Amino acid sequence: MKCKFSLVVTLIAVAAVVFTLRPPRNTGEYDVVGFGRWPTLVNGRLKPLDTVARTSLLMMQGRQRVVTAEARTLAPAEWLLDVFYRPELADTYPVFEIVNPDLLGLLNLATTDGAGGKRFSVRQMLPKLAELERQTKLADGVESAVRTPFQRAAVQLSNALVLYQQLQDSINAPGRNDFFAQLERLEPLLPTLVQGQAAKVGDGVADPKLVLVLAAIFATMENHASLRPIPPAAGTVAQDWMGVGAAWTAALGKGQVAPAAKGYAALGQAWRNRQPEKFNQVVRVQLDDLGRTQPAVMTRSLIEARFNSSEPFYSAAVIYVLGFLLGVVSWLKWPEVLGRTAFRLLLVAFALSTLGIATRMWLESRPPVTNLYSSALFVGWAGVGLCVVLERLHRNGVGSVAGGAIGFATLVIAHHLALGGDTLEMMRAVLDSNFWLATHVVTITIGYSATFLAGFLALIYVLRGTLTGSLNQASATSLTRMIYGVVCFATLTSFVGTILGGIWADQSWGRFWGWDPKENGALLIVIWNAILLHARWGGFVQARGLAVLAICGNIVTAWSWFGVNMLGVGLHSYGFMDAAFWGLVGFVASQLAIVALAAIPLERWRSFRRPAAA
Amino acid sequence: MSTTTESIRQSFLRSALREGRDFLVSMKLTLVLLGFSMVLVFAATLDQVNLGIWAVQEKYFRSFVVYTQVGSLVLPVFPGGYAVGGLLFLNLIAAHLYRFAFTLRKAGLQLVHFGLIVLLVGELLSGLWQRDAHLRLTEGETKSYAQSFRDHELVLIDTTDAAFDDVIAIPEAVLASKRSIQHPKLPFRIQPKSYFPNASLIARTASTAAAGAEKIANGVGERLTVVPRAYTHRPDEQNEPAAIVELTGAEGSLGTWLVSTEIPMAQEFQHEGRTWRLTLRTHRTYLPVSLTLLKFSHDRYAGTDIPKNFSSRLRLVTPDGHEDREVLIYMNNPLRYAGRTFYQAGFQNDDRTTILQVVRNPSWTLPYIACTLMTLGLLLQFGLHLLGFIGKRRAAAGTPAVPAGARATPVTGPATP
Repeated sequence: MKCKFSLVVTLIAVAAVVFTLRPPRNTGEYDVVGFGRWPTLVNGRLKPLDTVARTSLLMMQGRQRVVTAEARTLAPAEWLLDVFYRPELADTYPVFEIVNPDLLGLLNLATTDGAGGKRFSVRQMLPKLAELERQTKLADGVESAVRTPFQRAAVQLSNALVLYQQLQDSINAPGRNDFFAQLERLEPLLPTLVQGQAAKVGDGVADPKLVLVLAAIFATMENHASLRPIPPAAGTVAQDWMGVGAAWTAALGKGQVAPAAKGYAALGQAWRNRQPEKFNQVVRVQLDDLGRTQPAVMTRSLIEARFNSSEPFYSAAVIYVLGFLLGVVSWLKWPEVLGRTAFRLLLVAFALSTLGIATRMWLESRPPVTNLYSSALFVGWAGVGLCVVLERLHRNGVGSVAGGAIGFATLVIAHHLALGGDTLEMMRAVLDSNFWLATHVVTITIGYSATFLAGFLALIYVLRGTLTGSLNQASATSLTRMIYGVVCFATLTSFVGTILGGIWADQSWGRFWGWDPKENGALLIVIWNAILLHARWGGFVQARGLAVLAICGNIVTAWSWFGVNMLGVGLHSYGFMDAAFWGLVGFVASQLAIVALAAIPLERWRSFRRPAAA
Repeated sequence: MSTTTESIRQSFLRSALREGRDFLVSMKLTLVLLGFSMVLVFAATLDQVNLGIWAVQEKYFRSFVVYTQVGSLVLPVFPGGYAVGGLLFLNLIAAHLYRFAFTLRKAGLQLVHFGLIVLLVGELLSGLWQRDAHLRLTEGETKSYAQSFRDHELVLIDTTDAAFDDVIAIPEAVLASKRSIQHPKLPFRIQPKSYFPNASLIARTASTAAAGAEKIANGVGERLTVVPRAYTHRPDEQNEPAAIVELTGAEGSLGTWLVSTEIPMAQEFQHEGRTWRLTLRTHRTYLPVSLTLLKFSHDRYAGTDIPKNFSSRLRLVTPDGHEDREVLIYMNNPLRYAGRTFYQAGFQNDDRTTILQVVRNPSWTLPYIACTLMTLGLLLQFGLHLLGFIGKRRAAAGTPAVPAGARATPVTGPATP
């Protein structure tokens, strides 16, 4: 019976994971999923519209789901369709998060006006947009590091509005309801335009006014567009993808419009006039065309859209938590069966994370760590990997608990980092070196993982020892050994990673070491680990001292990982962020609190109160 | 009697020496120094926000004592990089000499620590020897010198001979000291009258003159007034030093001149039939090669401002004419020539001007030697551990297996937490 429990739970988890991995399905009669697979060039990368919709929503409101005022839930791609084709509706969707009270006051809004108390629509902001623009201009003159919270909120909101407007202008003409009907009228005129070129303007053209009006619109669209969804007629160079405005401008000269541009117009007509059959047909034809002309782009687009909808890191986070909880309970009750279940769940989540990271690597053609977001994923992945090894060796639930906690925590961090935009962004010039990304960056990130893991094991030691009576002599000894072993590994990897970084710096900048903040951060981790090892070897610390030092290692690593980016100086400051500052402060405070807890005399720890089992 | 005092003194000396030795070889010292170095590195990282990277290196790492200013007092607050690093160096060497015993088991760790010594020495030497300068080239421009980021020099050029210029450069520090300058090649003495580490120049008007601004007799300085500004450490700002100098020949004063990096052209004057030019400019280091910028490219990802690559195509010519070739410098691919590294550091002027950083570090090989030693040491150490571990497992395989499902138990030895 007990054996079955573990198996059944594992199978349920696996089944749930498989369920999330199956292809997404349409909820209505429109093939919104198919539309989400259409690729486009944005920020230098070809990606499916589904990704565009999701990242835009994350940046605007911190979540991917849209709930309309009538409590209708929209998929991200469905929302994007309305942004493109039914702006009058999209403007009423509450998708802009505003929490700053001063900014709300400026916009004449109250929290009670917003969906969930914090999400507002363009329509609600409309009367005060000019004032917002003025405030943003004022804030623009201030360096981002010294802006007030109000200024930051104003700049952030206006960036979100610009993003929204640019999406709209990429496909639709700003402020016109008859744009797609006009395009339909323009198309038959195109050949006559080319014939009439020799004669004076308007000669032989049935509707010269229409052409002139539209030509102006196309130029405006091209200036404002963020998307370039029209593939080149031939060739696979990303640079050659065009915006809709540019494609129609080119059509005026050539007498013929790119089929994809026509597709976007036809889709708009179908979506506006609520014609599902026509809509689905346009989606299908476009996908077939692209599959023929741009097969490589389409394969990536399909995989990425599927990756988006299956949200592997979300499922993994849930399973990590379950594994963590079962692991903790296993120390108090049914150690055998719960311990095994926790470990199996950890393996399932680990496999899922591996799959997710591997997919990202394939999509990007890059090593696993390319930006802060992916470093969070990878720190978690490597940490959990080490935990799997530890659990295999020791089989006492410690690996599962630490793995579950690290896996979950890093995925939560990653989720927050994803709010900054596309997580598969293009690499900035200085980082564009797969060799060094694969060696230096990966090694140093594993060093972070191992140092964090030692710290987590130490947390387990202190919390279990002080708060529960479950830390017996054997578990205490094995935990101490684990901490020591992991610290050895952490020293090795962070040291090798730092040295590799020095070599990269010498190769690129002609100096091995420049005391740059990020370099200093890596050095601090190495020195801290060296202190741990020497303190242990010199006999200056015993089990508790080692645990306390390892917990402080968490602070050092968190500082190196995020703290230095908050300084905003140095050659490495490509990952600047200030939002996480208070998160870091909170983390440091929590670690210090646990260090204080560890300072309680050993004989008063709950686990050590009565003499250890003799 | 004298023998007893002698022996007492000797035994005291001996015990003092022993204590000194024990202190120097102790691991406690290692730990304390490592702790100090953490504080130092951390403080230096934070202070970069205020001081910028160059000043921080001078203040924290290339110093014996870190001073801080409290009000008008300058107080020593912490041992600097030289002190901590030097003591760590001594501690490492002393401990290893004192406890040295060659065994294979220890050889790995010894190699690692020896590599660390080389690394520390390497950092010391590159601190002393490394020179950074920048080379700014606009498309079509040729230069055979690099310019300093922070140091300036007062330059007097004798341009009488059309075939060549005779250049006498006086470092900014000498100007700052306001000492009178006499140079064998100069037929006059230079007396710095005022020196401003950072200043802007404004037009001289009746009101500035009334405010007591110094009157300058010659050159463009006649029409200008110096407004001192605070010295800046910010990496994105430049100090513009200025000075007022008086030149005195055998027959008395030739007059005063205002020199400043804000005055772009050299000021010309005649003395004893020779033509001189006077200017304050950034310090120049001459290169054994001249570089011409053919093309600077700033590639962006399609439809964005995200930089994809920066590259400079240059023509490299040596004065002896033996080398005349094109080179391409781009991100992660610097030019290494004549002991110098030229890397792509920036751009300006609507993508038509490239900024190359020129680094000269004669001790650049030391970190590589150190890394090799340490890598070998680590391989040896972990290789031996691994062999030992495999050996143990083999031995264990011969004995009866642990019962399945057994919970973790201490493997060997007494269990002491």
